[in-house]
Amino acid sequence: MAADAHKLAIFRGTLKFKSNKQKIWGVLIFLSIVTAIEVILGIYKPEVLMGQVLGMKALNWIFIILTIVKAYYITWDFMHMRDELPSLRRMVVWTAVFLIAYLVFILLQEGGYIEHVFATGFVKTDF
Amino acid sequence: MDTTVANTSAENKRWGGGTEPLKASYGKMMMWFFLASDSLTFSGFLAAYGFSRFKFADSWPIADDVFTHVPFIHGNYPMIFVAFMTFILIMSSVTMVLAVDAGHHMNKAKVSLYMFLTVLGGFVFLSSQAWEWSTFIKGDYGAVGTHGGNILHFVDAGGNRVALKDFAIGEPSERTQHMNKNGLWFTSEKALTSFTYDEVVAGFKANPNILIRTTYTGEDGHKTILSRSESIKELDTKGKNVVEGANLIQNEYGAPLFANYFFFITGFHGFHVSIGVLLNIIIFFNVLGGTYERRGSYEMVEKVGLYWHFVDLVWVFVFTFFYLV
Repeated sequence: MAADAHKLAIFRGTLKFKSNKQKIWGVLIFLSIVTAIEVILGIYKPEVLMGQVLGMKALNWIFIILTIVKAYYITWDFMHMRDELPSLRRMVVWTAVFLIAYLVFILLQEGGYIEHVFATGFVKTDF
Repeated sequence: MDTTVANTSAENKRWGGGTEPLKASYGKMMMWFFLASDSLTFSGFLAAYGFSRFKFADSWPIADDVFTHVPFIHGNYPMIFVAFMTFILIMSSVTMVLAVDAGHHMNKAKVSLYMFLTVLGGFVFLSSQAWEWSTFIKGDYGAVGTHGGNILHFVDAGGNRVALKDFAIGEPSERTQHMNKNGLWFTSEKALTSFTYDEVVAGFKANPNILIRTTYTGEDGHKTILSRSESIKELDTKGKNVVEGANLIQNEYGAPLFANYFFFITGFHGFHVSIGVLLNIIIFFNVLGGTYERRGSYEMVEKVGLYWHFVDLVWVFVFTFFYLV
């Protein structure tokens, strides 16, 4: 692949880089900022974000979303998924995302159910 | 025999048909497919972790109480060290992608430099993880296990942890660990804890300001701390043995499952990192030897780079689900 074949814009084209190397450093800065936000939120755990949203703390949702954002930029820019053909990209990403989402849904659903049984079903664990 | 390396590359065979499906070389595409399947292995582990966590939602250890150490510094600093590890891995990912970029420009000197830095980052990460494991295994304050398998921690009036050695009353004891070299060769016992259970109980009774923190999380997101009278009752009715450190059977931080998942998931990830470092070293020496210069393409750096970035990608998730959420 020629060096100029890289797609050099991120954030849907709002941020364009002059060279591939510049883009790498730009993405590094972005990933570092996201990690710093995660660490700061993780240390201080603001009380505002402790409310329950869709069965989980709002803070946990923020962590998960930021993680997926990081994963996107690592895959798209460091692994150059952005430069691959859409068909290759879909083959790899959609398959993995679908199977993982399915697995996570099944296991978490079941885990929550068992927790409910433990809590209400006369099972003694504290003795 | 034709000995030029260029002929062995996938370029000239073009998958045997003269074209490359999806404009990706065979090796690169197979690396992508391998990574997709490997991501399923890791998500299997992480989803199983989530399952156990949902199942034991009220008694799962809080990561901030467990991973609080930074090398060479005393005190309670949750998150700092693991954030450093994350940053190291992202940095080595950056040097890797810079090596790939230099490879596109056929710049051998730069590829070798960046590959070297990547290997270095890998070693720093692995040693950090070794330190993290040894701290986790050694344990910190010590705890008491109950008949039901729960863990009781000791705290002072301000809610700060108190180590067993700070209050347990040592009694002279002749008890030594039985090893198989001293008796029947097929019997031995586990290492003795530094205090017996009776010594800990005696120390607890003698120190009126020590309270017990249970395994259960209260409404405020912290583990419940019992009053003094409840603490004495808890220890008398439920206490069973002294637990120091963590292994696959017991774990002073909380549920043994937590330690099992920690060892399994970070261990499997560390194994991937080790393999990645090994591959990077091989590629590094190939670059120095000029293999890819002769081949006319640095694509091998790119393929190993994909694997290395994947290791970073997995760590991002391990970081979130083990240390943050």
